[in-house]
Amino acid sequence: MPAVLEISGLEKTYRSRRRGARKALDGFDMVVESGQVHGFLGPNGSGKTTTLRTLLGLITPNGGRMTLLGQPVPAALPRVAGRVGAIVESPQFFPNFSAHDTLSLLADAGGVTKQRVVEVLELVGLRDRAKDRVRTYSLGMKQRLAVASALLKKPDLLILDEPANGLDPGGIREMRSLMRGLAESGMTVVLSSHILAEVQLICDSVTIISRGRRVAYGPVADVLAQHAGGGVTVRLESADDLSVAAEILIAAGARVTPDDDRLVVTNVEKPAWVTRTLAERGYYVSELAPVKVDLESVFLELTQTAPVAGQARQVDDSAVVASSQGGWGV
Amino acid sequence: MSLPKAEVRRLFKRRVTRIFLAITVIGLALFPLAFTINSKPATAERRAAAEAQAQREFELATAQFEQMRTECEAAKARGETGLDDRYGPDCGAGYGPQQEWFSAQQYMDYEFNFRDEFQPSLAVLAGILAMVAFVVGASFVGAEWHTGGMMNLLLWRPRRVPVLLTKLGVLVGSMLGVTAVLGALWTVAFWAIGRFDGQLGVLTPGVWQSIGLTGLRGVTLVLLAATIGFCLASIGRHTAMALGVGIGAIVVSEIGLRIVFELLRVQFGDRYILSTYLVAWFEKSMTIIDYRACNFVNGPCTPPEYVVTWQQSSVLLGAVLVLGVFGAVWSMRRRDVT
Ligand SMILES: Nc1ncnc2c1ncn2[C@@H]1O[C@H](COP(=O)(O)OP(=O)(O)O)[C@@H](O)[C@H]1O
Ligand SMILES: [Mg+2]
Repeated sequence: MPAVLEISGLEKTYRSRRRGARKALDGFDMVVESGQVHGFLGPNGSGKTTTLRTLLGLITPNGGRMTLLGQPVPAALPRVAGRVGAIVESPQFFPNFSAHDTLSLLADAGGVTKQRVVEVLELVGLRDRAKDRVRTYSLGMKQRLAVASALLKKPDLLILDEPANGLDPGGIREMRSLMRGLAESGMTVVLSSHILAEVQLICDSVTIISRGRRVAYGPVADVLAQHAGGGVTVRLESADDLSVAAEILIAAGARVTPDDDRLVVTNVEKPAWVTRTLAERGYYVSELAPVKVDLESVFLELTQTAPVAGQARQVDDSAVVASSQGGWGV
Repeated sequence: MSLPKAEVRRLFKRRVTRIFLAITVIGLALFPLAFTINSKPATAERRAAAEAQAQREFELATAQFEQMRTECEAAKARGETGLDDRYGPDCGAGYGPQQEWFSAQQYMDYEFNFRDEFQPSLAVLAGILAMVAFVVGASFVGAEWHTGGMMNLLLWRPRRVPVLLTKLGVLVGSMLGVTAVLGALWTVAFWAIGRFDGQLGVLTPGVWQSIGLTGLRGVTLVLLAATIGFCLASIGRHTAMALGVGIGAIVVSEIGLRIVFELLRVQFGDRYILSTYLVAWFEKSMTIIDYRACNFVNGPCTPPEYVVTWQQSSVLLGAVLVLGVFGAVWSMRRRDVT
């Protein structure tokens, strides 16, 4: 499958007179293939919005290469802009115009028919409120309007920066099915999000960013599998034997975390090894199951942003990977 | 792909534009209204009445004068002295009221004269429209930046400089249209006052040409104000930036500098003040007179003068224009949109 979006070695340093330089992107790489729904994940301030802005020509990078729909950007941006629909960060619109006015002005500027304006308003569920001023909208309604504006040009690539922000559960579900539908119709969707359960549900693949560098990427299943790390949970016939069993496994080279009436064992090659090792010493496993991982725990592990009791984590405390090549390959 | 069309719609959809235009139209309408109310055309009856009144006043004054003379002569006959101090030499003979002091003109009501008064009124019109154009221009692009509308637009039209210049072009074009329409209405209104409620005066082609030229200078000023407002707001990415600079310039130049020059007794200090150049642009030249150099106690004196020409004004205003547009384009090209 051809790449619809390709970024390599992207660098961006923000300079401000007061606070000096801040490196937001530090050799970031990303690839999105055609027809996917791609999740773009990272803690606050990790550089997601910066990446999307750079890609869309709103900010100038300090280094790196980017292509959109096979064309180098920002040079070819005027040619591809008509095929890329995007919302960046919290959607902002002129507060005194109605949704309909806002979209029809964009449609005029972009040569889109008026009919399409009505279509997208219907699609995002704003039909009946389209004549109200945007000032009177809730956050979720503004978000819907933003999605509508991105869909207006029937893009081949749709880029959404935290589209679920402010949506109600119904809205999130609608957004999910909307995106699935768009992907099925051949559109490629890139969405940055914090709602990881959501991402896990709708994304085919993900890129995880931390402190301006890629820390993991690939199909969701692969990323999860790699981070299950072959971990298993072990229960014994008698719970009293757990501590002895733990010592045996540690001595044999596994990593063990006690958890209530069971052990979580990682760093083992095959689950069967656990059974064998314990059986050799006369302890019998009553239950052996692979550790279930979800994207959230993988995310927290990779970015090292899991909350620690009694500590207030600061926004820039997240994982720093050695280099852009150090990610988790597929 | 019609960005200009979309921008024209956006400009006139904006509340700032609509409200300001409405207020401007109402405000401007007050001027011709005030003139029609005050102007009384010189009809034959009014003229006759004025002549009669002039005659009455003359006769009254004459009678008073004659009575005074009689008193004086009587006093003289009684042999009183010091009469010259009270009545003037020879009982004020030869100082009596003259018929020509009491012209009918003095007793006529105010009458509007198109030829004499229309041209100065254009300066008022241009001044008001220039201020409105400055605010509308600033808010047109300032609000766009501030609310994120500009970012949205750039996602559709990534060529930033053409986008900015299209907006500027739309603004200037629209302001030209508005100024032309209001200018035409203004002219028609005052012409009608002159025609039906006053006097037109002798309107030679030369007079019309002169009015036309003044109109053109006014239009230039309005468009310049719109452009400067637009450029300042675009550089600052906020309407308030332009308004702040505008108000700041007025305070510093028109008040601050004036006071400082007065204190330091700078000769021809006015030549460093912005409004001098605006006036000079409008009136073709402005003469600054240094009355301080004269000491009238020692008799008559011709104070030194300094003339600011409209050519000098156009150099200054042109430089401001170039600087503004260049700054706006440069910041559009180079600065990140965040
Ligand atoms: N305009 C800006 N000026 C200076 N620093 C910025 C600017 N925008 C973002 N940053 C910094 O760049 C880093 C990445 O920000 P961003 O890309 O917005 O993160 P996120 O992943 O939450 O979208 C943050 O540390 C942020 O403080
Ligand atoms: Mg962000």
